[in-house]
Amino acid sequence: MKKYLLKRILMAVVTIWAVITITFILMHSVPGNPFRTESKMPKVVYENLQKKYGLDKPLSEQYFIYLGKIVRGDFGDSMKSRVETVNQMITRGFPVSGVIGIEALLIALCFGPALGAVAALNQNRWPDYLSMIIAILGISVPSFIMGTVFIQFLARNIGWLPIGGWGEFRHSVLPSFALAFLPMAQIARLMRSSMLEVLNQDYIKTAKSKGITKATVVLKHAVRNAILPVVSILGTVASNLLVGSFVIEKIFGIPGLGMFFIMSIGNRDYPLIMGTTIFYAIILVSLLLMVDIAYMLIDPRIKLVKEGR
Amino acid sequence: MKAEYNLSPDLFNVASREDRNAEKIHRPSIKYWPDVWRRLKMNHLAMTGLILIIFFSIMAFVGTEINGFKYFEQNYDLINVHPNGVHWFGTDELGRDLFTRVWYGTRYSLFIGIMAALIDFLIGVLYGGIAGITTRRVDSVMMRIAEVIYSIPYLLVVILISVVFTQAGQGSSLFILIFAMTLTSWVPMAILVRGQVLQLKESEYALASESIGGTKNWILRKHIIPNTLGPILVNVTLSIPRAIFAEATLSFIGLGIQAPKSSLGALANDGLAGLPVGNAYQILIPAIFISLVMFAFNVLGDGFRDALDPRLRK
Repeated sequence: MKKYLLKRILMAVVTIWAVITITFILMHSVPGNPFRTESKMPKVVYENLQKKYGLDKPLSEQYFIYLGKIVRGDFGDSMKSRVETVNQMITRGFPVSGVIGIEALLIALCFGPALGAVAALNQNRWPDYLSMIIAILGISVPSFIMGTVFIQFLARNIGWLPIGGWGEFRHSVLPSFALAFLPMAQIARLMRSSMLEVLNQDYIKTAKSKGITKATVVLKHAVRNAILPVVSILGTVASNLLVGSFVIEKIFGIPGLGMFFIMSIGNRDYPLIMGTTIFYAIILVSLLLMVDIAYMLIDPRIKLVKEGR
Repeated sequence: MKAEYNLSPDLFNVASREDRNAEKIHRPSIKYWPDVWRRLKMNHLAMTGLILIIFFSIMAFVGTEINGFKYFEQNYDLINVHPNGVHWFGTDELGRDLFTRVWYGTRYSLFIGIMAALIDFLIGVLYGGIAGITTRRVDSVMMRIAEVIYSIPYLLVVILISVVFTQAGQGSSLFILIFAMTLTSWVPMAILVRGQVLQLKESEYALASESIGGTKNWILRKHIIPNTLGPILVNVTLSIPRAIFAEATLSFIGLGIQAPKSSLGALANDGLAGLPVGNAYQILIPAIFISLVMFAFNVLGDGFRDALDPRLRK
């Protein structure tokens, strides 16, 4: 187990390094120079800018300087915003995105397994069809459409909740739900199939024949076993939430990291794009690692499977 | 005590030739794929998906020609016209006919989805197949590389590539989009194929074939490849909506196809501007189209999976 853990951590570090390298190469292969666009710039100013951002040094040297900065947790300066560094933008934006992300995750984790379990327990009856319709809608309707529909009908037409903005709890309700739909649907589908599988197992029959109540069989024996595969897709879920946050924040006008990222793309603010990408990658890779470790801790069988490969 | 039986020979019949056929299988044997198709046909949801896909594929080419407008044709006298008898889905903020544009966008979205899925398929099968049949060490190295590529967040890569290869304020070319999307998305396919090949290589029927003199090549062609096709088909079908979704998201954040060309995601992005001023149809129509296309491929993929693996069925 220790060996596996070590291997996983090493892999995570290699992945992050790969992301940093790829991002660096890509951003430096962009044709032209970020300061060329501001024409009529005196030569001295241009050279000073080059010097400030270290662009006058050879590329390999720039790469190692950048790598060193990232290791120290410094993501560099934004080119367009002269007042904020990338780090400051991340510390300002990420908590906002984090709130939405965690709310969405909680929604998905509450309703997803419940929908899946209800569907499996009522296989081929209306609760099954209803939950699976919700689930298939969830994976077929992209979150930006879900968000738009929410804005149009729940915020604009009925006026229950604000259309956009940020600051209070009620601002986060619609974006969280819009964001939660896809992961909720994924979890529900997985939960349904794994629950169906579990319900056919011998130990469920044994539990039933012991004469314990249906509720106990379901909660203690079925759900606890069926939920294991759900844990394994939490990494994918986190990744979907992250990507979803780009568009959701754009639609609802939420000042999160996703919005900064989209803005940095629009502005071609390369240091900000690089910094945010790497930051996202670090977050995601660590989440995946944590999910893997959690899975290993919950399910003792996993160890054998991994070593048997 | 000895019992006396008077058994006349009349009581006995010669066993007829028909009775000898009792062991014979009367129904014609159904081959694998017709059987899959038979099970798929019973799945109404999957068939709905298939019919929708056929309908959308035909309309993606025919639909743009039906009401006589061109997708790039602007008419400033008729901007933001709500759906009516002439412009069935209304017009956008440049007076372009949305009915034509939506089908035109469907064409691009479908093309991107299918091309991305095909490229994933080609690279994935090659890479996974090679990893599955080479030595353990090469396999291990190949899989470590694949795992690293896989854990690089998919859409981040797509966004980065699109940023690098396009000018500010412009959309991406079709080629760049597909290239960016397939850069990392072939990995699940490769992992799937490798796993299948490894598993089938050890299977009893492969061993049986080997023991009666089947060559490696024969086993690969006759046993391994046909048996991997099923899971691959499911994966290809389900990777089409993923690519369409990625493209739609990309277009929605302004990195998609360049106007006046359009995809469903780009149309939804254009339509977003119409939302605050009461032109909700401009975003709702492309939204419904994206959802229907994704729905169709998703349910068809699910249907394939159920049809291919009868154990998963009720």
